[in-house]
Amino acid sequence: MKLTKLLTTAAVALGLATTAMAQDKTKVGFVYVGPIGDGGWTYEHDKGRLAVEEAFGDKVETVYVESVAEGPDSERVMTQMALDGADLIFTTSFGYMDPTINVAAKFPNVKFEHATGYKRADNVSTYSARFYEGRAIQGHIAGRMTKSNIIGYIGSYPIPEVIRGINSAFIHARKANPDVQFKIVWAYTWFDPAKEADAAKVLIEQGADVVLQHTDSTAPQAAAQEAGNVITFGQASDMAQYAPFPRVSSIIDDWAPYYIARTKAVMDGTWTSTDTWDGIGAGMVGIGEISDAVPADVKAEALALKASLADGSYHAFTGPLNKQDGTPFLAAGEVADDGTLAGMNFYVEGIEGDIPQ
Amino acid sequence: MDLSAINPILFIAGFLVAATPLIFAAIGELVTEKAGVLNLGVEGMMITGAICGFAIAVETGSPLMGFAAAAVGGALLSLLFAFLTQVTLANQVASGLALTLFGLGLSALLGQSYVGIKPPRLGDMNFGPLADIPVLGPILFTHDIILYLGFALVAATWAVLKFTRAGLILRAVGESHDAAHALGYKVVRIRTLAIMFGGACAGLGGAYISLIRVPQWTEGMTAGVGWIALALVVFASWKPWRLLLGAYLFGGITQLQLNLQGVGVAIPVEYLAMSPYLITIIVLVILSRDKSAAPACLGRTFHASS
Repeated sequence: MKLTKLLTTAAVALGLATTAMAQDKTKVGFVYVGPIGDGGWTYEHDKGRLAVEEAFGDKVETVYVESVAEGPDSERVMTQMALDGADLIFTTSFGYMDPTINVAAKFPNVKFEHATGYKRADNVSTYSARFYEGRAIQGHIAGRMTKSNIIGYIGSYPIPEVIRGINSAFIHARKANPDVQFKIVWAYTWFDPAKEADAAKVLIEQGADVVLQHTDSTAPQAAAQEAGNVITFGQASDMAQYAPFPRVSSIIDDWAPYYIARTKAVMDGTWTSTDTWDGIGAGMVGIGEISDAVPADVKAEALALKASLADGSYHAFTGPLNKQDGTPFLAAGEVADDGTLAGMNFYVEGIEGDIPQ
Repeated sequence: MDLSAINPILFIAGFLVAATPLIFAAIGELVTEKAGVLNLGVEGMMITGAICGFAIAVETGSPLMGFAAAAVGGALLSLLFAFLTQVTLANQVASGLALTLFGLGLSALLGQSYVGIKPPRLGDMNFGPLADIPVLGPILFTHDIILYLGFALVAATWAVLKFTRAGLILRAVGESHDAAHALGYKVVRIRTLAIMFGGACAGLGGAYISLIRVPQWTEGMTAGVGWIALALVVFASWKPWRLLLGAYLFGGITQLQLNLQGVGVAIPVEYLAMSPYLITIIVLVILSRDKSAAPACLGRTFHASS
């Protein structure tokens, strides 16, 4: 009895001590959807976290929880982080949107930052990157390089973010090559190497010689490498270990500057709820080196496209464009506004198949 | 909708590969359960085998060494389960679940320096002219040796369980450990060996995922295959050949779902994704009328004093 009491007191004292120590530092929490070693999406977010640690040193303490399932589980993780004294919490997947809003309502003094969502509150900001700009470049290279005219696309979940990427890639692939067809497979996961590898293999078996992926692991790259004549693009991270072939380029997410700026804002007390959506121009979306497997003229076109997207002289969704059912979407010269893009739930004309509901 | 885009030959060859990890894990669990032990740690042993195999294959440059290491790794981890359930008589369900969680953590730790590395490839077997047979050639004779080993293992397990004295003793231990004990058989020793066999097989299945099917290492990459293997053993009502059939069925469904999506068939994917479990539940219901299917002592602890 005595011993248990002693131990309990000691544990409580220890707990208090750690809490007291933590008070001096700004505590930043990160909730990840995959493991930090996924080599893609979560890996880049974790690089952002490490950059925050490096930038602020002793003044900041970061914690993270990886492989958190979207849904109720994530709510528990966020609540725990908030209870443990986090000042700022980054929730880094679309499916954390409602949980983030729920938990934020319970902890008005904790700041939340939700990636790729659209619901905000006084203490919830959203941030995302215009990945579709990178998709446009991938689409162009894919359209120019495909020989079978079949491009495979591994989708994760049918949400606006992913559909936007498919549309952007398709528009630019068609522009480069009017005969291009897209085959789309939904994996219903952000991260499951076995399933992604299977999806890639199936697409290749059905004739695709370009595979684009909106899932986070490098498994499709490995499947393409094995097939031998299929090109791929790094997703979220450079995936340079598969360069120069099959990985011919990539979209790289660079969250570090944003994470550092937002942490600084919390430290200075200047944090306000905002909506950030930056693209190639602001550096949030990087285009990985286009390898020598891409012909020089295609590479030059891709870089020109990148430059025009970066300086804003060209928008990836520029009319004339129709929706899949043939109804007009954008008039000639018109560009899509951010609201339409954020809620995009339709394919553009020319894509076959239906978006699963 | 254009179904002709699905190449049936590649489709069948594809699901043979998809089913192989399942076959290994499930046949190991079948033998373990036949000895009266319910080991829910299949997922943990698979993922441990996956990283052991991957690491050794990368270090030695030999995929076959990797598979050997995967079997050893899986068996070693299962030894922990054997110690808990056979020596300290801990609850098998709880120990098995603990083993899965432990295996997932351990593999993540072991695998930290192997993320993003490409393993050496295991080439396909060369059957010479056999591979040129139309239709059958590309389906049956273009695979790696481990896939054939999985098939052979099922046949061997069936033969051993049915025709040999060792198989009879194993089944006796699973049906009535008290009777087997009274006849002088070492129940604990036999069960420990069965558990280790299950561990080694699960390890091989895991390595098949990390070395051949994917092939790379990422945390949590077995993604529930171990649990499907457990369901598969019940589905097969503890019979090796039915297990093989079930594995192809489950493997085939996953492949079919992706193939149908690729050609644009609007089948709600969720139905196909849950179908293996649905089928298992239905089979369970049917089986529940036939009490003889499950080993009678499945999941019960044994001590010589009782």
